[in-house]
Amino acid sequence: MHSSRNLKKFFLFAALPLSIFLVVLVIPFGQGLFQTFTNWDGFSWTKLVAFDNYVASFQDPTFWATLQFTAAFVIVTLVLTNVIAFGLALLVTAKLKSANIFRTFFFIPNLIGGVVLGVIWQFIFNTALVSIANNFHWTFMQESWLNQTTSAFWALVIVTVWQSSGYMMIIYITGLVSIENEVLEAAVIDGASPLRTLLSIKIPLMIQAFTISTFLTLRSGFMAYDVNVALTGGGPFRTTELISLHIFNDAFKFGHFGTGQAKAVIMFLLVAIIATVQVSLSKRMEVQR
Amino acid sequence: MKQRRNLAKRIIWIVGAFLSISYVAPFFLVLLNSFKSKFEIIANPLAWPQVFTWDNFNQAIEKMNYYTSLVHSIIVTVFSVTALILISSMLAYFLSRTKNKLSKVILLVLVASMIVPFQALMIPFMALFAPLVHVNNIAALIFFYMGFGVALSTFLYHGFISNIPMELDEAAAMDGASDFTIFWRIIFPMLKPVTATVAIVNALWIWNDFLLPRLVLTADTQTLPLSTYLFFGQYSAEYGQAMAGLFLAVLPIIAFYLVLQRQFISGISSGAVK
Repeated sequence: MHSSRNLKKFFLFAALPLSIFLVVLVIPFGQGLFQTFTNWDGFSWTKLVAFDNYVASFQDPTFWATLQFTAAFVIVTLVLTNVIAFGLALLVTAKLKSANIFRTFFFIPNLIGGVVLGVIWQFIFNTALVSIANNFHWTFMQESWLNQTTSAFWALVIVTVWQSSGYMMIIYITGLVSIENEVLEAAVIDGASPLRTLLSIKIPLMIQAFTISTFLTLRSGFMAYDVNVALTGGGPFRTTELISLHIFNDAFKFGHFGTGQAKAVIMFLLVAIIATVQVSLSKRMEVQR
Repeated sequence: MKQRRNLAKRIIWIVGAFLSISYVAPFFLVLLNSFKSKFEIIANPLAWPQVFTWDNFNQAIEKMNYYTSLVHSIIVTVFSVTALILISSMLAYFLSRTKNKLSKVILLVLVASMIVPFQALMIPFMALFAPLVHVNNIAALIFFYMGFGVALSTFLYHGFISNIPMELDEAAAMDGASDFTIFWRIIFPMLKPVTATVAIVNALWIWNDFLLPRLVLTADTQTLPLSTYLFFGQYSAEYGQAMAGLFLAVLPIIAFYLVLQRQFISGISSGAVK
């Protein structure tokens, strides 16, 4: 009786959502995994090739360059986004006049998709800044930042940090306001300076916020595609391709479906391993309350 | 002492004002230049327009099929978000009310799936769903969003429903209500705060999504990010028009945000911290 009721409930509530999830996510993922071991060409496959696609991926020098570029991008954006977002959160919660307006403004870039932001900044770097630099004779901006690999890297970093710091700020604000007032009052009575309070009380009590936003910036750093395609398009000469765009180009531009999919699986493993390590490390630092 | 604190506050305020202005400055630059001619923009992008012209806007609206793509974006977002609210609240209800191994495993699989990047299944995805996309690509896109969004949304609902006491369901069942009635009449109306979070988180993502629409949609069914990107690619040399187009592209979401600001912020923070 009990189990038949459960079964009825399953069909009533869970069968539809789960089958959509299965069809859209699980089956393509499994199929993609399987295809990396075949000679699939985008339409069909004729034989199993073991690890050939993975070997070919790692023999591709542009893939190594992309991995390095992506690693640098993830590390730099992760650190800058979180430091700036935490700073903004402190600023907004400092009981200032117009703090709400500040918060509203900081969050606005986050509302807009990476593609639109990317093309806005493409105009800024290619046209606006160059023209301003010429008017004022600033030599370091007279050529567009997007024409050189190193400066294009920083352009990508600036746009990404600008976009995501507002979102992470919200997470840090939530963490900061969740600290009980009595704890902070006790610190003031004990004569702790604002800096001491921040380092010894606030930060340790809100490690959870750091766990979440480090995880989110890590993940979005690895998956970054929109800003990349709209701002630099991977140029000059494929030197600013992050891993997502690299996979997209490998498969859909050059027709290398085998290595494209193998690289996608490598990307998945990288994200999964690094995120798991990061979350379990910072979970250990969380204070039990 | 007090004076020093006031001074410190004033300095922090100035820093905050400067930073918040610089966060929105790019959008003002876009707006400013959308009223100018190409020549004026190149001469000085920071200058106030000498002759205001609406011409750029008229051109951009026509060339990027603004109204059509706006309608497509609205259709895709509204239908996907509504469908996600319905299916994930149902799934979460089932998972939190059936306490057995299977429901635990299903929840675990859903959570784990959130770490899978779309790129990891993008390539087989396109081959697999080509026939479906061919029939009706807007409907296919909505269906895909249901699949990709169901994990996070179910997770958000699950946390909330687990805190609603089971006795409520049992009492209603005693009075002869069916499972269906219990959920839709009693539980679902209680979920309003999470429903708001689920709606905002998913709407922002779907409204701005680019990669999936780029793969799925065709020229006559473009959404706003897609038509903006293609328009900019084609007319980026026509600076004035490009700027007008970009401003039109960011206008709907910023207007929406300024109206519903509080819901946005609280939705985002409770969605992220879970």
